[in-house]
Amino acid sequence: MKTPALASLKAGQKGRIASIGLESRNRRRLLEMGLIAGREFTLVRFAPLGDPMELKIGGSHLSLRKDEARHILVEVL
Amino acid sequence: MRLPTVESLAEIANPVGGVALAGNPNSGKSTLFNALTGLRQKVANYPGVTVEKKTGRFYGIHGRAMDLLDLPGTYSLQTRSPDEEVSRDVLLGRRADTPPPRAIVCVADATNLERNLYLVAQLAELDVPLVLALNMVDLAEKQGIRIDVNLLEKNLGIPVVPAVASAGVGLQEIKQLLSGEKLLLPKFRAPMPEAVAAEAEELVERLLLSPLPVPLGRAYSEALLLLSLDNEAELLDVAPSAVLAAAAEAAQGRLKATGIDPASAIIEARYAWIHQACAEAVRKPTEQPATFSDTIDNVLTHKVWGWLALAVVFGLMFFCIFTVANYPMNWINAAVSWLAGTARALMPPGDLRSLITDGVIAGVGGVVVFLPQILILFFFLGLLEDTGYMARAAFIMDRVMSRVGLHGKSFIPLLSSFACAIPGIMATRTIENKKDRLVTILIAPLMSCSARLPVYSLLIGAMIPDDKVPSLAKAGIMLAMYFFGIAAAFMMASLFKSTLFRNETPLLLLELPPYRMPQLRTIAMRMWERATIFLKRAGTVILAISILLWALATYPKPTDPNAGKAEALSHSMAGQIGHVMEPVIRPLGYDWKIGIGLLSSFAAREAFVGTMAVVYNVGEDDANSVSLRHALQSQQRPDGSPVFSPLVCVSLMVYYALAMQCMSTVAVVRRETNGWKWPLFLVAYMTGLAYLAALFIYQIGHLFHLG
Repeated sequence: MKTPALASLKAGQKGRIASIGLESRNRRRLLEMGLIAGREFTLVRFAPLGDPMELKIGGSHLSLRKDEARHILVEVL
Repeated sequence: MRLPTVESLAEIANPVGGVALAGNPNSGKSTLFNALTGLRQKVANYPGVTVEKKTGRFYGIHGRAMDLLDLPGTYSLQTRSPDEEVSRDVLLGRRADTPPPRAIVCVADATNLERNLYLVAQLAELDVPLVLALNMVDLAEKQGIRIDVNLLEKNLGIPVVPAVASAGVGLQEIKQLLSGEKLLLPKFRAPMPEAVAAEAEELVERLLLSPLPVPLGRAYSEALLLLSLDNEAELLDVAPSAVLAAAAEAAQGRLKATGIDPASAIIEARYAWIHQACAEAVRKPTEQPATFSDTIDNVLTHKVWGWLALAVVFGLMFFCIFTVANYPMNWINAAVSWLAGTARALMPPGDLRSLITDGVIAGVGGVVVFLPQILILFFFLGLLEDTGYMARAAFIMDRVMSRVGLHGKSFIPLLSSFACAIPGIMATRTIENKKDRLVTILIAPLMSCSARLPVYSLLIGAMIPDDKVPSLAKAGIMLAMYFFGIAAAFMMASLFKSTLFRNETPLLLLELPPYRMPQLRTIAMRMWERATIFLKRAGTVILAISILLWALATYPKPTDPNAGKAEALSHSMAGQIGHVMEPVIRPLGYDWKIGIGLLSSFAAREAFVGTMAVVYNVGEDDANSVSLRHALQSQQRPDGSPVFSPLVCVSLMVYYALAMQCMSTVAVVRRETNGWKWPLFLVAYMTGLAYLAALFIYQIGHLFHLG
């Protein structure tokens, strides 16, 4: 199965988290905020200047920079 | 022998601390805190850190007084900010200044329950009675989320109280639950994978046997914390001893060898438990309709409307700060001069009268006059924070701020600093990353604050002959000075981020909370808190500095008792320092009289105008005063050239734009950074920068005969 980086998705696309390849402290933080492998999310939008992005996951709206989203692999639904 | 008092007996019977209030940011924790304690609250600082310690008192059902400790909002006990560290340390009973809580109330947002329950899962691992306040159940219901409270209570093994903190719903139940003598401990813990549980068990034993034994009930929580920290520095920082850190590292190594990443495994196990607890108890509509928040966000974070909204929101804020605040500021000014006038009338002439009127009243009055601006600013900041717009502003501006290595959250403090750096610096508390926060504090005073306005207007007035130039050009110069400040701030941020505060790429993980109706009461209480901090901390330092500056400008006295104010000033210590300073400031184009102005501006920039009025013997000391402007224009050097040439005026404005000349700011930076190191660095770097920039401008200008 193809797992593109989260950063390559377009606004409005839905996906499922596959893996997070960040340094441990940051990866932990994302996991704790609910970015857990297998969870579905919606990429709601990008900020007006193209970065960061807004994700809807679980009941939360979280904002992430593309820099970090490059290390998060996802399945596109 | 002293007999124990009733209170001390009560303390013996109940040796542990009060009730701690924990919860995620935006869960309505402050609202619940205010609803429970009303006005019976106090704000202090945790010793050694700049985190605020907010405590309040409330009464249980039999009138039993209980202390409630409002912990900083946190998503997890694995911390990333000083605020979260305090929450963790209090809950784990690690802070000597704060006894571990007798019970914990955890506030959770019912509209986003699973994420909020993550903290609850961690708290349930402590052997401390825990009550879950399910806040905003009314909003959850509106969104079609049905929560079976009894089932949730059964699954989580802790009491669950549905609440609407803003309407006072659920308060009685919470009070009732906390009033009992024996509170129930959480029944369950999130089950861990077998291998992790075994390693945790072993660490628990080691913790209990360590030289500084961890209390029994907290050891499990601590063990899981140690197992999930795989960053060596962090582990050493958190572990009670180096031996334990090594043990935890070894345990992690064994788990990793079997293909288990302990940190992920622990977090996933907690979420799995939460998921199971909620599976039956929480019913969400299958197709979630777009919420009210989503609709607003389509506009407020839109590519075009988003910018417009940002401009309107902050335009309105500044309009209020600069126009509405004028009225109360004028009243304060009037009151101060009335006070000074009364003192002058009542007291016999002499040094004491001068000290009271020119030193104390004028000095403190000069600080208090900024109170309306600060209050209005904090009103808006509170409103923006509580509605949820602040996170959107950070979201929109993050790209811009990231250019200089900062975070979107630095935008608000910097913007606030256009009014006054003090509330701007106080607003940096929302920045989680320590280094980012410090950089923001260090560059915030470069934003042209309202105290620079009178200096700019006087100098622009002196530089450009009246009426020959359209006032639009003057406004243009003023605007250029503002942009100059912004450019300097961004350059310094870039420099600091690439030198002093390197090797850190903070994660931007910003929650965009749903839009909510703000609680006026919560905002008002925060304004009150901020105002007292400002008056107390900045006020005392200002008072001392005002007296010192007054003494410098008064002593020694001129030999001729009939000497005018100007002669007296030039004869005083301040005047002599001005003369001594002259060789240093001559390369910038300034003479010793301007030197006195610089000296008096050390406490507050706007003092420059008043000092110039005294130096040149002009009655009026208003920045727009025609006579003062003419006095400046007519000053000549011994060779007949004007003192205030356009080049000197520009050099002075640049100096004022960059130099650190505000004692209140220094006092607030000291408070916010908990020491003298950073405020002194701030004064040194800004004043150095100002000197070099003014020197460069004057010398280059001189080279091209622009002087």
